Amino acid sequence: MIKVHNLARFFGTKRAVDGVSFSVDRGEVLGFLGPNGAGKSTTMRMITGFIAPSAGSVTVGGFDIVEHPIQARRLIGYLPENAPAYTDMTVYGFLNFAAEIRGLRGDARKQAVNRVVETCFLESVLHQSVETLSKGYRHRTCFAQSIIHDPDVLVLDEPTDGLDPNQKHEVRQLIRRMGKNKAIVFSTHILEEVDAACTRAIIIDRGRIVANGTPEELRQKSEWAGAITLRVAGIKAADLSQKLNQLPMVRQTAILKEESGSVTVRVFPRSSHTGVLAGSIADAAKSWRIEELHTEEGRLDEVFRNITMPDTANKEKK
Amino acid sequence: MNAWANIRTITKRELGAYFSSPLAYVFIVIFLLLCGFFAFAVQPTLLDRGQASLSATFFFWHPWFYLFLVPAVGMRLWAEERRVGTIELLLTMPITAWQAIVGKFLASWLFLGVALALTFPVVITVNYLGSPDNGIILAGYVGSWLMAGAYLAVSCITSAMTRTQVVSFIISVVICLFLILAGFAPVVRLLEHSTNTWLVDLVTSFSVITHFESFQKGVLDSRDIIFFLSVILFSLFCTSVILRGHRAG
Ligand SMILES: Nc1ncnc2c1ncn2[C@@H]1O[C@H](COP(=O)(O)OP(=O)(O)OP(=O)(O)O)[C@@H](O)[C@H]1O
Ligand SMILES: [Mg+2]
Repeated sequence: MIKVHNLARFFGTKRAVDGVSFSVDRGEVLGFLGPNGAGKSTTMRMITGFIAPSAGSVTVGGFDIVEHPIQARRLIGYLPENAPAYTDMTVYGFLNFAAEIRGLRGDARKQAVNRVVETCFLESVLHQSVETLSKGYRHRTCFAQSIIHDPDVLVLDEPTDGLDPNQKHEVRQLIRRMGKNKAIVFSTHILEEVDAACTRAIIIDRGRIVANGTPEELRQKSEWAGAITLRVAGIKAADLSQKLNQLPMVRQTAILKEESGSVTVRVFPRSSHTGVLAGSIADAAKSWRIEELHTEEGRLDEVFRNITMPDTANKEKK
Repeated sequence: MNAWANIRTITKRELGAYFSSPLAYVFIVIFLLLCGFFAFAVQPTLLDRGQASLSATFFFWHPWFYLFLVPAVGMRLWAEERRVGTIELLLTMPITAWQAIVGKFLASWLFLGVALALTFPVVITVNYLGSPDNGIILAGYVGSWLMAGAYLAVSCITSAMTRTQVVSFIISVVICLFLILAGFAPVVRLLEHSTNTWLVDLVTSFSVITHFESFQKGVLDSRDIIFFLSVILFSLFCTSVILRGHRAG
């Protein structure tokens, strides 16, 4: 549904987006990650046709956003960053306006408004002026506007920003549910949302895509992925790591904690042996009193740091 | 037609925005007070002349009232939209920028029309005092409304140029002042002394006053109508160029 090809955007001489390409099909939810100023919002603004690309192209549902902007925009629902909404209207008036400008009239419009009021829990503020809404409610109102015409393509810039934990949960569920038959792109700074809602994630840094894959694939990039954390009682740290290092599959060990009665150690496998490390440790450790043993999955925040700030991340490790 | 439906939706929203804010009512009250004050209290007044014409007492002042009031109405059109960020919603809706521009302009223009229509007591008064030619009065109203539209379109440009309403206001007052002064009698006299006639003609042909005068005499000259309409169209076109400029890459 969305095809982005070599997209670039300059502000003056500054490159906000620099050669970004990806595509999102129906049934996919793409998470857009990246540090502040990476170019996420700029990319989304180009996908929705708010700003023109300096180079490259975007097509939505087969329509080029520059050549056929109206047809393309009909397919898109868009929640801009900071969720702008007309402050001089009531929530109800605003949603009606959004429905009308999307071409919904009469009963269709009423139904659409009722539907989004229900999905976004806006009943209690329906006749309140947008100006006096709390941030979260304003966000929900703008989100409601983006789904009012049940679009095939959703572009959401930080949809959970400013929402309370329950609402965050609701929105993630909603995105996941809608993602089954739509193409969705959303940006976020909350890495758990990648697991909770995305089928795929892209990390973008200084205008370039630096990682692209399923959440599992991204986690595999973590150094911890496949490592084993082990807590053994009644043994000295030096002895333990020496014994572990003798195992052929072990690349490296790191003592995490040494307490009076027990030692916690992390064991990194050689790359080809990720799956079988646990078994071989268990074999070797028959005589030890193992209190805890688990395989690390790799953590997205660590992957994120390593990719977007390789220098600082390395420094911290030392 | 789809385009008209879109324009109507925008216009409706904008009109709603005007009438939901107290500023609109303040504006109308100020306009009516000004009109009333200048018609009844400033020489020559409607009463002591006893004449059945609104030209010198009522319409004469309109270019000057509009100089401040119309930029105040127009300044929020795009500046506010950009400041709050709703422009990002508006221009990613399935409508063209041109439809949005026309829709917004029409809403403000209609609003000014309402304010103008509310001066009807003045018309009743002259009809009570004598028997005026109501056709001439109507022509004056049409001209006044067209002139307000021209000012408003200029305010659209300045409003699209900035996020700050005050800046928009000041710039459009300056431009509108030029549109007035180009035909203001003292200025014209000054020009006639210092330059040749074709230049004077050129400058005065840009003046709203020159074009407005014939309406006040009851003449609906197509050249005057075309003048106002082309100022409006040209200004709206400039607005669209400026809006495109913000988004261009
Ligand atoms: N209108 C503009 N004029 C000049 N520079 C801009 C403009 N819009 C964005 N930028 C610059 O482009 C870069 C990318 O900005 P963008 O808003 O896309 O970042 P982002 O990834 O959305 O960041 P955040 O996580 O903070 O929302 C930034 O360096 C920003 O300063
Ligand atoms: Mg952003």
